[in-house]
Amino acid sequence: MNIVSPGFTGRRRGGTELPPGQYLTHEFPVLSAGPTPHVRTEHWEFTVTTESGEMYRWDWPALMALPAEEITKDIHCVTRWSKLQTTWKGVSLDTLLADVETGADYAMAHSYGGYTTNLPLEDLLDGQSWIAYEYDDEPLDPEHGGPARLLVPHLYFWKSAKWVRGLVLSDTEDLGFWETAGYHEYGDPWKEQRYAGD
Amino acid sequence: MSDYLDGNVAAGPLSELFAVDLTAAIAQCNGCGHTTVFAESRVYADAPGLVARCVGCDSVLLRIVTTPNDTYLDLRGLTYLRVPTT
Repeated sequence: MNIVSPGFTGRRRGGTELPPGQYLTHEFPVLSAGPTPHVRTEHWEFTVTTESGEMYRWDWPALMALPAEEITKDIHCVTRWSKLQTTWKGVSLDTLLADVETGADYAMAHSYGGYTTNLPLEDLLDGQSWIAYEYDDEPLDPEHGGPARLLVPHLYFWKSAKWVRGLVLSDTEDLGFWETAGYHEYGDPWKEQRYAGD
Repeated sequence: MSDYLDGNVAAGPLSELFAVDLTAAIAQCNGCGHTTVFAESRVYADAPGLVARCVGCDSVLLRIVTTPNDTYLDLRGLTYLRVPTT
C-alpha cells in the first residue's frame, strides 16, 4: 500500500502558513538581553576573521558602496511570534564573503554589546543572509539592531544578530549566547528546533 | 524608556531552584568586582531567557533559561553570592 504523508508542517492563518507553535503578529516586538548599543555609523565597522586569522574589514561607506538588495521575508522568533512579509534593505553575505578565502564550516556572529550567535557558514551563503541596514524603507532603529544587523530569516530570529560587528569563521562549532544556555544550536523554525535536543 | 527591571524579578525563577532568597544575597561581578545586593542588578526579561547584568559594567551576572524539560542556570558572571548563614 502506498502511503503518502505530508506530515505536520504548520498552521494556516488567512492562507499563510506558519511554522509549528508560532502565532502571527503585526507588531514588531523588541527583545533584548542587554542595553541597546548606540553605534554611530562613522564609528561602525564590520569584520570577517577567517580560521587562519586573516581579517577583512568594511567601514560604513564601504558597506554603502556595495550592491544592496531589497529583501521581503517572513521572520520567526523563538518566543513564538512570527511576522510576515517584512521588508529590508541590505548587502548579501554572498557579496561580503565573495573574496574571503576560507574553508571553514562555521561562523560566530559577534555584536556590539557582546552578543554572539553561531551558524553554519553555508547558512549565510546562497542568498540566505544579509547585513541589513534599512527596515520598511527607513534606517534600522537601534532597538531593532541598527545601524546594521544580521538577517538570516530561515532560522529563528535570535540568529539574526542585532548590532552585528563581525563574523569569526572556524572549523569547529562553538556555541553563542543563547545556544550555551539551552537553545538549539541550529534553530530551524519549521522543525521547531527551539531548545537543545529538539 | 527603561528596558530592564530590578533583580527582584528573578525571585520567582530562582525560588524554583533554591530554598533561600538569592535576590537578597550580596553578589560580586566577575567582570568589574562591583559588589551589591543581587536585587539591585538590572534584569532583562523581554528576551528568550532572563538575563541579569551588573549595574557597574553591564556584564552578564546570571542567565536563566527555562525549557519544557530543564532549567539552565548560568552563574559564570558572578564571583560569588554571599548568603547570610541562618
